[in-house]
Formats: sequence, C-alpha cells, structure tokens
Amino acid sequence: MNFIRFIRFIRFITGSIKIVFHGSKTYYAWLILLLILILWGGFGYLGQITDGLIRTHMRDSVSWAFYIGNFTFLVGVAAAAVMLVIPAYIYDWKPIKEIVIFGELLAVCAVIMCISFIVVDIGNPLRFWHMLPLIGTMNFPSSLLSWDFFALNIYLLINLFVVTYLLYCIFYKKEYNRSIVLPLVLLSIPMAVAIHTTTAFLYNALPARIFWNSALLAPRFLASAFCSGPAILLILFQILRKTTKFEIKDEAIWRIAELMVYAMFIYLFFTIAELFKEFYSGTEHILYWEYLLFGIGDNKEIILYSWSSIIMGCIAFILFLIPKTRKNFLTLNIGAVLIYASVYVEKGIALIIPAFTPDVLGQIYIYTPSWTEIRTAVMVFSIGFLLFTFLSKIAIAIVFEDYNIDSLNQKKRLPK
Amino acid sequence: MKDNFYENIKMPVILMALYIVLTSGCKNKESGNNEIDKVLNEKEENKKTEIAVEYAVEAPPFSDGTYPCTDCHANFAPNPVRRKLVDWHDDISAIFNHDSENRWCLDCHDLNNRDYLKLASGKLLDFKESYKLCGQCHGEKLRDWKVGVHGKRTGEWNGEKEYLLCVHCHNPHSPKFKELTPEPPPIRQEDIK
Amino acid sequence: MKNKNSRRSFLKNISLATFSALALSGCDMEAFDQFFQQNFKTLSKKEKDRIIKNLEIKYKEKYGKEFHVSDKPPIEGTLFGYALDLSRCIGCRRCVYACVKENNQSREPQIHWIEVLQMEKEKGIDFAHSTAQYNPEKVPEKGHFYLPVQCQQCRNPQCVTVCPVKATWQEPDGIVVVDYNWCIGCRYCMAACPYGARHFNWGEPNVPAEEINTEMHYLGNRPRKKGVVEKCTFCIQRTREGKYPSCVEICPVGARKFGNLLDPDSEIRYILENKRVLVLKQELNFQPKFYYFFGI
Repeated sequence: MNFIRFIRFIRFITGSIKIVFHGSKTYYAWLILLLILILWGGFGYLGQITDGLIRTHMRDSVSWAFYIGNFTFLVGVAAAAVMLVIPAYIYDWKPIKEIVIFGELLAVCAVIMCISFIVVDIGNPLRFWHMLPLIGTMNFPSSLLSWDFFALNIYLLINLFVVTYLLYCIFYKKEYNRSIVLPLVLLSIPMAVAIHTTTAFLYNALPARIFWNSALLAPRFLASAFCSGPAILLILFQILRKTTKFEIKDEAIWRIAELMVYAMFIYLFFTIAELFKEFYSGTEHILYWEYLLFGIGDNKEIILYSWSSIIMGCIAFILFLIPKTRKNFLTLNIGAVLIYASVYVEKGIALIIPAFTPDVLGQIYIYTPSWTEIRTAVMVFSIGFLLFTFLSKIAIAIVFEDYNIDSLNQKKRLPK
Repeated sequence: MKDNFYENIKMPVILMALYIVLTSGCKNKESGNNEIDKVLNEKEENKKTEIAVEYAVEAPPFSDGTYPCTDCHANFAPNPVRRKLVDWHDDISAIFNHDSENRWCLDCHDLNNRDYLKLASGKLLDFKESYKLCGQCHGEKLRDWKVGVHGKRTGEWNGEKEYLLCVHCHNPHSPKFKELTPEPPPIRQEDIK
Repeated sequence: MKNKNSRRSFLKNISLATFSALALSGCDMEAFDQFFQQNFKTLSKKEKDRIIKNLEIKYKEKYGKEFHVSDKPPIEGTLFGYALDLSRCIGCRRCVYACVKENNQSREPQIHWIEVLQMEKEKGIDFAHSTAQYNPEKVPEKGHFYLPVQCQQCRNPQCVTVCPVKATWQEPDGIVVVDYNWCIGCRYCMAACPYGARHFNWGEPNVPAEEINTEMHYLGNRPRKKGVVEKCTFCIQRTREGKYPSCVEICPVGARKFGNLLDPDSEIRYILENKRVLVLKQELNFQPKFYYFFGI
C-alpha cells in the first residue's frame, strides 16, 4: 500500500517536473533572464565566499545590514501571504482553495529566500550545522535566532505539505481530506504571526540597540507585512485571472485592498505614536531617528531611502483610501507597487541601518550596500523568483489547466 | 603567593618600627651630640632601612653621572642660603616648578650629605625611598600608591609586584606628567578594504 | 513522508555543497577533522590535548616558530575585575597596540580590541560627541579627556545569551570567551553588545610571522580565521598565569588596574570601596566588571 502511494507520489513529482519545461517563448525568456541574473549575482557571491564578508560594506560599526534587511522583509511577505486566508475564509470568497494554494506557494518561496539571506550573511556558512538541534549545540531557548530557526522551518514544512497535498489530490482527481488540511491551514495562520513576531523580537531583544528597543516594533512589523504581502498577491491574482481560468471577483480584490488600507492606517498610526514619543521626550533614542530622517551633520546618505519610503507609502495610502482610486485597477496597481517598494526600502534599509548608525560608541560609519551585496541579493531573489515561477507553473497547470494523471497517461500535449 | 607577600613584609616592618622607636629614644638622650655624630647615626639608620625595603621598586632614575652626589659636593662647603642656582644644576633651576615660590633644593635634599634626601623631621632618606618624602605633602597619593592604585605596578596580580617610584613618572623638580605623542588612530572603517 | 519531497532540495543542496567543497579541498583529513570538531566546551581532556597538539604543529609550519597553546582552566576563587582611571588616561593609545601585539590581532584588515574615545570635558561622557580619530602632536589635548573602551566582561553578558550556537560563554573566572572553531559568524553578539567590544574578521586576518606572540591560550590569542568574531579576554593567556593583562603593563600613566574581585585585599577591591566608580551604560543592567573611576 505504502509502496503504491510512493510510486504515485513519484509520478506526481515527475509529472510536475515535466510541466516546468514546457512553456511559451515568454516563459522561456523569463527563465533565461532569471538564469542570467542568478549567474551575475552568483559570481558576485563567489567573490564574497573567497575573500570573506569584507567584500560587503558591512564593518564592525554596522555589522548587520542589507542582507538581514532583506531577510526581514521576506519574513513579512511569507507571513502576509498566508494571512490572506483569513479574509478569504471569513468573506467566503469563491476560490478559497486557490488563494490558499498560491498564498502558501508564495510563503514557501519567501521562507526559502529568508533562509538563503541568512546563509549568505553568516561568516561560516559551512558551520550552519552547529545550529541544528541534537547534532550541534543550539542555544535554545535563550537565543531568539533559535526560535526563529524553529518558527521558519515549521512554517516552511506546514506550507510545503499543505500545498503539495492539495496539488497531489487535484492531480489525482480526488477529494482532499478536510480533516488534514483544515487544521494545518488554521495552524499556519498563527505560525505566520509567529514567524514575524519572533523576527521582530530578534531585534527587539537587544537593549543595546536603542532604535529597536520599542514595544511597538513587533506590531509595526505585522502591520507593514499586511501592507506588502497582499500587494504581491493582489497583482498575482490579476495576472492569473487574465491568463488562466482562475476566477476571482472584483469585489474580492477590492476587499483585499480595503484590508490593506486598514493595515496601512494601523502602521501609520503606530509609526506616528513612535515618532511622537521619541521626538517629544527627546531622550538619547532620538539620535537614531534623527539620523534616519534628517541625517547627522553631513551624513545624509540615508535620507534618500527613508523619505522615498515615506512618500511612496503615503501615496499608496491615499490611492487605497479613496474608493474611486481603489476601484480603478490602474491606480490600484500603482498603489500596490508603491506600498511594496515602500515596505521593501523600510525593511531593507530604514529598519536596520539606523540601529547601527551612530554605533554603540557614537561613531558614525556610513553604510550603503556594496555591489557584492546587491549582486548576492539579486541572486537570492532570482532563485526565489525562479522557484516561484516553477511552482506557480505547476500549480496553474494542475489547478486551472486540467493537467492530471490522465494527461500523463495519455501523453496528451502539455499545456503551454 | 599573596600570603607570602604579606609575610615577607611583615617582619621588616616590625623591625623598622622597633628601630625607629629605639633610635628616637636615643636621640632624646643624646640631644647634645654634634653634627657628625648625627649624620653617622642617620647613616646607620639608612643602612637598616635599605635592608628593610617595604616595596620592590625600580632603581631611582638618576641622570647619568650625577650620583653619588658627594663625588662633587664633597669638594664644596655646604651653603644653606636660599638662592637660585646658576653655575650648576641650572638645568634644574630652569624647569623647577614644584611649589617653587616656597621651596628650594634643601627642603628635600640634605645640606650635609647630598647622597640622601631629608624629611621635614630631619630624618635622612635613601633615594630608593623617595616616595616617603613625596608622601609628606601628597599623603593621599602615597596611600593610593601603596595599594597599587596610584601609579603603575607590574608583576603578578596575585603575587610579587614591582612598583615604580613617584619620580619615575613625575620629575620631582617639575612634577606635571609630560605630554606624549599618541600612537596612530585606528584606520577608518571606510578605508578597510 | 510527502513533505520530504524534492522541493526541499534547497537545504539539501547546501549540505551537498558543503561536502563537495570539503571533497574538493583535496580530501584533506585535517580539514575534515576540523569541520567535524565539536564545541570546545563539550570536548574531553584527551580530545582537547590532541587538538592543541595539532594546532601547535600547524602554527609551527605556518610561522616557523615554537608555539605554546594552553587550555589552562580558571584559578579557583577568582573573578576578574578591571578598573580604569579616567582622571589619569591621556589617550596615548599605547594600550591599543600592546593589545594588538599580545593578542595577535589582524594587522590587515586592522582589528583593535581597544577603542580610545576622546571626549570634551565640557560635555562629560557623551558618546555622540566623541571621536576615536583624534590625532594631535601631543596628548592629552586641552579641554579633553579620554575614555578607552574594550570588552566590559559583563556579569550578565547578552552576547552570550543571543549566540545561537553557544560559541561564546562566560568562564567561571568571569572572562567571556569565544570558540573560534565553533562560531558561525552570524554577528548577533555584535548587535547585542552595547560597548562595541566584539570584532569580526571581515577578511582573512594577517599577522606577520616575526611579530606573532607564541604564548597562546586556546580561548584567547591563537590566530583566528576569516568569518569569526573575536574580543578582549583580559589576556586570558597571561592572567591565568598570574600576570597582569598587557594593557595594564604598558599604560604609561598607570591608569589601568586589574585584580581579583573576590580578594578583599586586591587593588580592584580597594578602588571599588574607596573611589568614585562608574560603569558605562549602567541602565542596561549588563553589570560590567570593567569599572571607570576617578583616582584624583
């Protein structure tokens, strides 16, 4: 029995792999572009492997920077992707299964990118096993990194399992077992909150870094994730709706946008609360906010990032707030891209760098990402996109294009 | 190690205290003694204190060829009149700013035997014990120095220690600590490539 | 078992790359050995001895000198404390370079365990207005005072708490040490340290053979590799032998004091009991064992 199941699973996998290599010219062009980017970034990363992290612009004063910022951003994406399941469930949107599948696929890719960003950030990636429970000496429960390790991996496994199981069932044209899927999906929602909270606590746990030492950090994280994560899905759903049989009503998309406005408002409110407290009380905490928003002395490199993030975020907020622009797909999409970019810059640069500038002894080292860092980040993102492309391709074929075990048996022409 | 250190200094200190009590008693009796006897007496005492070193110190930092002072001073008649030295030791005159308004050479150096220093009490003091002379005014510093808090000590934190004398760091004639050329600043992190 | 399908290949690939990288390094048994070496704290005496012996041989090959690598445990009944006299320090940086030499810090790229900050007397202790880059003809400069900062050897060290792999810990004599063979280089400890005391080997460290200090401690000044964190260990190779740290011995003004906090007759206890003492960033409650005092 088990052996038969195993064979069936293997056939499902081989079938999935087959579909990945069949596509239109645009599809192949996209793959080639990603491959070129992976190569270009990979050679940059190779330099870092040989020479060490000295190829980055991180130094003792700013010892965490762009990589960890990307990690943080992607944790948010991973978390928010799944949290969309809640409104889908509450408002009983028709394609809830599809939303779960694509949300979880995005989460899987985002978590894998997260882990990759940690791997490229550490000085001895080969010693990664020191962290594994039982084999190494993991510092659990003291170190928040060990919590994050567990949270991310459990989250990855849950999502991977659910999405694989759903696709497998559709592939074999049988009903999925609700008593397996439902608890796991319900579990993945608090896990989504958990990964983002532990990541926020990772920073929050350090009294040495005054900039992060605010109880509002984790709530702000979650709120910003609710802005950026759905933005990706919003655009993805529209693409799917145009190119496949995927059906989602305009109302559902507008509802997502509406929920994003709430998230943006909460995020804005938290940020204003934070700013009020820091600037009105004017303790030494203010130094880092000053650096972020106005620069210190002639050191104004960062304000380009911080203000572009603020401006993009505000425009997106207005576009989403006004019903007319929210319901216009052009302005809606502009808003989605803007909020995505805004949160990316905020998490990638504005969250991390001011915590280290000035450093703990008041010395200022101006950090901007080096080419090696940019290339490595491009490599990780391209790998993530490639993975997401493959997984979506498989999911689209199975869910919308009736690619199933029969088509494998009948050697039917594969859908483009 | 630590116990040993205290054990080592305990006996000499007791001996010295006894000796001081005894000799001061003697002095009172023979208060009519002449100058030479007194010097001899003091010399005797110095011999004793030399054996009874309280603190292991580095040798006093004499300039080359200036010690023993009596090599030259034996040829001069002692002159106790306060004045500014011009022909000899003019280098010291030039820098002297150790309460120079109120003091001069013979407040610390002995008139009759230049190889010794002199406490306010008139007691002669070997140069190796110059810290006692400094301690007359800078009592608090002496106390800190004795426990190793003022000034530099080397050796073992749990064992034998070597002290520097006050005069190793502070020129007794111009005691302000001299400025130093700093070692280079760290390379700016922007330039670490 | 479905969740273990091939798409989880990412992690697998990494471990695969690991092994192939090791294979490519010439099936070097030594590299293999080093790769699988366990956390120093979990090693037996026999294993430690073997590792140390191998290190001594390896260092001799590399630097052409006899080396002595110690793993001397703490002396019973000691808790090291340090005090620095702010009224004396003139900012000459002799300590910085004595430390570099004693502890085999990388010359290029440069690593300094001690950072001397120049501050304005008018402002008092104010990091935001301090500079480590001062470079006048002579020090001290008028109107300024100097505050050297190195590892404060906290009683409550957060760097240890946050390390995900237990590669850094506090020894019974209070010294916080790093196992350079176990550190994964995640730099979480650097983010956690409020004193900037932890330093990362961003590139391959470089110490000239003629300047290398051959008296070493496994948890102290033995040569490091790129990608690991290092820090001040109160000169563990000296202080566990009864000597003063080299920054204490070099200080031309005698501003640096060191001793056993558990010994009521030590100079460090005298300072704590008789002088005006402060610790940096007291509000964080990391409880440093590095005290600043005013000797005057």
